Amino acid sequence: MESVNLKVSNAPFVRSKDSIESVMYNVALALAPATVMSVYLFGMKALLLTVVSILSCIGFEWLMDKARKKPDSCLDGSALVTGLLLALNVPANLPLWMVFIGAFIAIVASKHVFGGLGFNVFNPALVARVFLLISFPAAMTSWPVPAPFSFDVAIDMETAATPLGILKTEGIETMAASFSLMDGFLGNMNGSLGETSALALLAGAAWLWYKKYITMHIPLTLIGSVFLFTGLFHLIDPGTYASPMFHMLTGGLVLGAFFMATDMVTSPLSIRGQLIFGLGCGLLTAVIRLWGGYPEGISFAILIMNSFVPLIDRWDLNDRKALQQKKQTTS
Amino acid sequence: MKTFKTGGIHPPESKFTENLPIENMPVPAELAIPMNQHLGKPAKSLVKVGSEVKKGELIGAADGFISANVHASTSGKVKGVKPLPHPSGQYAMTVLLTADGKDEWAEGLNTEPVNWRGLSKEEVIGRVKNAGIVGMGGAGFPTNVKLSPPPDKKIDTVILNGAECEPFLTADHRLMLESSDEVIEGLEIIASLFGERAKAYIGVESNKQDAIDALSRKASPKGIEVISLKTKYPQGAEKQLINAITGRTIEEGELPFDKGCLVQNIGTAVAVYEAVCKNKPLVDRIVTVSGLEIGKPKNIRAVIGTRFSDISAFCGEPKTGTNQVISGGPMMGKALFTLDVPVTKTTSGILFINNSGIENARERTCIRCGKCVEVCPQGLAPWLLANVAQLRDFDEIQLLGLANCTECGSCTYVCPSKRELVHWIKYAKALVNNRQQRKSA
Repeated sequence: MESVNLKVSNAPFVRSKDSIESVMYNVALALAPATVMSVYLFGMKALLLTVVSILSCIGFEWLMDKARKKPDSCLDGSALVTGLLLALNVPANLPLWMVFIGAFIAIVASKHVFGGLGFNVFNPALVARVFLLISFPAAMTSWPVPAPFSFDVAIDMETAATPLGILKTEGIETMAASFSLMDGFLGNMNGSLGETSALALLAGAAWLWYKKYITMHIPLTLIGSVFLFTGLFHLIDPGTYASPMFHMLTGGLVLGAFFMATDMVTSPLSIRGQLIFGLGCGLLTAVIRLWGGYPEGISFAILIMNSFVPLIDRWDLNDRKALQQKKQTTS
Repeated sequence: MKTFKTGGIHPPESKFTENLPIENMPVPAELAIPMNQHLGKPAKSLVKVGSEVKKGELIGAADGFISANVHASTSGKVKGVKPLPHPSGQYAMTVLLTADGKDEWAEGLNTEPVNWRGLSKEEVIGRVKNAGIVGMGGAGFPTNVKLSPPPDKKIDTVILNGAECEPFLTADHRLMLESSDEVIEGLEIIASLFGERAKAYIGVESNKQDAIDALSRKASPKGIEVISLKTKYPQGAEKQLINAITGRTIEEGELPFDKGCLVQNIGTAVAVYEAVCKNKPLVDRIVTVSGLEIGKPKNIRAVIGTRFSDISAFCGEPKTGTNQVISGGPMMGKALFTLDVPVTKTTSGILFINNSGIENARERTCIRCGKCVEVCPQGLAPWLLANVAQLRDFDEIQLLGLANCTECGSCTYVCPSKRELVHWIKYAKALVNNRQQRKSA
């Protein structure tokens, strides 16, 4: 054999099969049950919205790679996940051009502006959601009532407030009359595409956990702290504050806790940091829900905590250095 | 089942040769015996072109405290003494030996086994030193130095390393099965140097159950404990093995004897037995020849200096798909640019592989998944070390525990962004070393 053909590279010569693609496509797969559920509940509009969101995210990713003269990353799955999450975060009635603007905000203004995948400080899909909520408050709070198997795009869907919205504006009695926990768990309630069915989301999260793409540190502290905080106030005054179970199943808590707060790029690396991050998200969510101007707080909470991640990571870094210095002085 | 505490990975084991008995490879017509096959200063060559040597004759003398003797691995005539390719990837001073085909031992070597129990400590260590024995697991630290720790360090635990956690490699596995008596006797000799107090262990990963059974039967009557370890890489690394068996942790700057431990490789134990009882210098070793691209994977006993090209011919030639040849295991081995390099005392395996996609591989950006932190057996943050290395901030990087890295490569194995993490860490280590040498010079 001619030794000329031998290639030299760095050890190790075996590598695991995990790649950015496998991580991202598994997240997308985990979101599939919730997406299917949303199409079942909200019909053709949900499907169309999801497709537009994904395609425009991938399109913007491709454009930005070209503009920044970077290797193609539009099919690495990260734009797909952002697109899916964006779709799951908006109501089915949202005009498609608004989704397109959302995709622009997510991919261009909050991801590539920071340097692309791995460098973004804030979760792109959440930035887009909050941008849309502030820019188009009416469209973003017009929640269609679930109408299973409505595949006619032309009809206007009946709209109504979400359970959290009812709670905020009309009080706990009205909310209690129109909401059952079972409906909340299965998803038969008003809300964004992905906010409705806790069951479908939990199935996806269980898959990610089983495949070890997420750990439970962030979701459990987040949900746990919301539960304890809202539970405390429910105990103090059940007439004003809804039960913690209600808070568990409504709004985007499950979606946010398992799929957006756990985003690797925008969450702390150490377990200690993740616990603080989860706790912060949970408390902020509860505070916004109980006393804030918005009925729902998880998006704001995660974005606020995203901005603390560099600080939390710096804390770990300094601890590592301190430990090292201590070792060197003793030895 | 015992294992080490922090991190670790479980790559596909790929032990294709575990059931193939060791074959003796015939001595080739020409041998290339490098003068540095160990950690420390290369040996000083004692022969000239034209010298006639017998098998086992000293041809390179240890030069300094940390160095090792080198012997002729067959009888023949010296053809040249010059720098030639070495499996480390560089050129090294090498004695070229033309075999006379008689393979004749020099007088008084490779005798009938004698009872070692009559020998004094100094005699045992002297024989190990004369035989040029070095750690045969890969590092190649001179064994006689390792067997003489400073008098204030009390060794209470002697561990034989049968973990063989690298994928593909089965050399130690076969040796444990086929030479279990010699392995145990070698361990007894080593443990006897540290008196009655020293407890002896053999740590074997549970994927080698047959070796565990074979050794336990013979070892337990002698008070040696065979420990079955949960299969996990890098269990065979000294620090991890000590942690797995004793629960002790070797901190930065410490050596195993600071925690009362001494670790030796299986091959080294057999070499110690042969040196002490049979007066046989280290002239051959077991090598696993494997990988998906070699015609006939084998475990072979090859003399030191046998060229990889001869071995590849002996094992049925590589297939056309071969694009990499690796000396050592796939996790910590080295890719070679030529097959013109010899087997040394530390060559545990030769792998012929097709590393497809190697041309297109590119490092992607870190997605902060934290996998490298999770698997690092030394509790470091490899992604951070690599980032700082790329910034060439060599003061900062030492504060992050650079010296603690054992270069096991677990971080690079798991990285989904395919970053060359351990490579960047090695790069930083090399430059930090250079700088310190320049400062002290």
